[in-house]
Amino acid sequence: MKELLKLLENDAKLSPRALALMLEKEEGDIKAMIEGYEQDGVILGYRTVIDWDKTNAEYVTAMIELKITPQRGHGYDLVAEKIYNYPEVESLYLMSGGFDLAVFIKGKTMREVAFFVAEKLATLEDVISTSTHFLLRKYKDNNVIYGAVPVDERGNII
Amino acid sequence: MLDYAKILSKTAQEIKPSGIRKFFDLLSERKDVISLTVGEPDFITPWHIRVAAIDSLQKGKTYYTSNSGTMELRSAISSYMERRYNLSYDPKDEIIVTVGGSEAIDLAMRASINPGDEVIIPQPAFVCYGPIAELAGGVPVIINTKEENRFKLTPEELKAAITPKTKLLVLPYPNNPTGAVMTREDLEGIAEILRGTEILVLSDEIYCELTYGMEHTSIANLEGMRERTVIASGFSKAFAMTGWRMGYTLSPREITRQMLKVHQYAIMCAPTMSQFAAMEAMENGSEDVKMMRDEYNRRRRLIVNGLRDMGLDCFEPEGAFYVFPNISKFGLSSEQFCQRLLDQGGVAIVPGNAFGDCGEGFVRISYAYSVSHIEKALERLKQFIETLS
Repeated sequence: MKELLKLLENDAKLSPRALALMLEKEEGDIKAMIEGYEQDGVILGYRTVIDWDKTNAEYVTAMIELKITPQRGHGYDLVAEKIYNYPEVESLYLMSGGFDLAVFIKGKTMREVAFFVAEKLATLEDVISTSTHFLLRKYKDNNVIYGAVPVDERGNII
Repeated sequence: MLDYAKILSKTAQEIKPSGIRKFFDLLSERKDVISLTVGEPDFITPWHIRVAAIDSLQKGKTYYTSNSGTMELRSAISSYMERRYNLSYDPKDEIIVTVGGSEAIDLAMRASINPGDEVIIPQPAFVCYGPIAELAGGVPVIINTKEENRFKLTPEELKAAITPKTKLLVLPYPNNPTGAVMTREDLEGIAEILRGTEILVLSDEIYCELTYGMEHTSIANLEGMRERTVIASGFSKAFAMTGWRMGYTLSPREITRQMLKVHQYAIMCAPTMSQFAAMEAMENGSEDVKMMRDEYNRRRRLIVNGLRDMGLDCFEPEGAFYVFPNISKFGLSSEQFCQRLLDQGGVAIVPGNAFGDCGEGFVRISYAYSVSHIEKALERLKQFIETLS
């Protein structure tokens, strides 16, 4: 049920009871639906969204554009699997347009990231070229706006 | 030194200021309060509507418009009323674009009330009707609607309040603060009493888009009612456009003509850039309204159940974004309950008697807040209620 998924995507902490009330369903049905989605891989996980810039964590994020020669019979899947199994790789997308794979890497320093690209990615047999871009600032990610905490400005009570 | 009390308007001075002023002042001083007090949407005006206003400014549309509003906007409002509510009003001379629903109410009263005329106001209700009636020289006659009737105005109550001096009946449904609505059947009972009289109706339908489980019916839809009804409505609640000050009146041309005179001299015209935004809202805003209404509905179910679970009796609100639970069983007055809840529980809600004496024993809780905000508030409220039992 799309509405259920949308509500959970927005707030994973919503209890089955709250969801049941909001969607006018029985709590048992909601629990069953959620379990079903988890088993089918529609719901893949529950994550907490953290603005690391508000902590003193040192990190760097980069987006690397990869051009690939797809292997005969496998397309992009084999090389994608090699890449996404690295823990440094946060995201991996197959894209249309001027390049093939968009890789998002997180490391402690620019040097670390640059070395990862040079030693682990560029060396892959299928990789023709890499182009590394460093992420300077997150404005919005996955429907969450980063930055100032919103303040309720409404004053008029009646 | 001028003796202002002697010099200034007696009528203005006799208007009572809001009785809960001091409560609100206290509220603003406290930190870490979860508020459920506001009377306006938490949504921001949809971007495409804001763009229409910005666009109009960039194009230099900064002059006055025609007094009753741009013809395009009036036509859009007319089509909308036809489409949504099966009501037919001529954009030429039966619609005035006003500065919010507030001005619509003011125009209706000033155009209809002669000094000493009685204005019937069902309470609990929004605070403006009495004072505006008084400013127009009218005498408010209050009807105390009852929880056992789900705060609907009953024909019996109306009949008992009518005197030879009655000029106007205010019908504020869907209702702030109770969330009550009047169905077609309910309105028919009222219309039956009014037919054949010379009593006019001011139907404040600002919350008409926010009804849950049924479509809104206007009394003007019923036989013999259109000729005596001024509908006051606007964009504030439906389109989250409170700050834009966009409202409208819908009424027979004879009434409109008189209201227009007041509007012309007192206001000139409603803000031009707001009118451009409102046009965009009328033409392309229906999806936004639906989205907001569905969201309010989800929150409504959550909050009503949450309140009932903790022992707060509340009848099911079917409109607006308020719930009006009965707190009399705790042995505290509305103000005491709210004060203690604020001090001990860290939650702010509005005492029911702010909306009329018959609101004593009730409190108004708004759900124009996010689900997570509401859940936090319910949690604190639950803990507070437990200390009272």
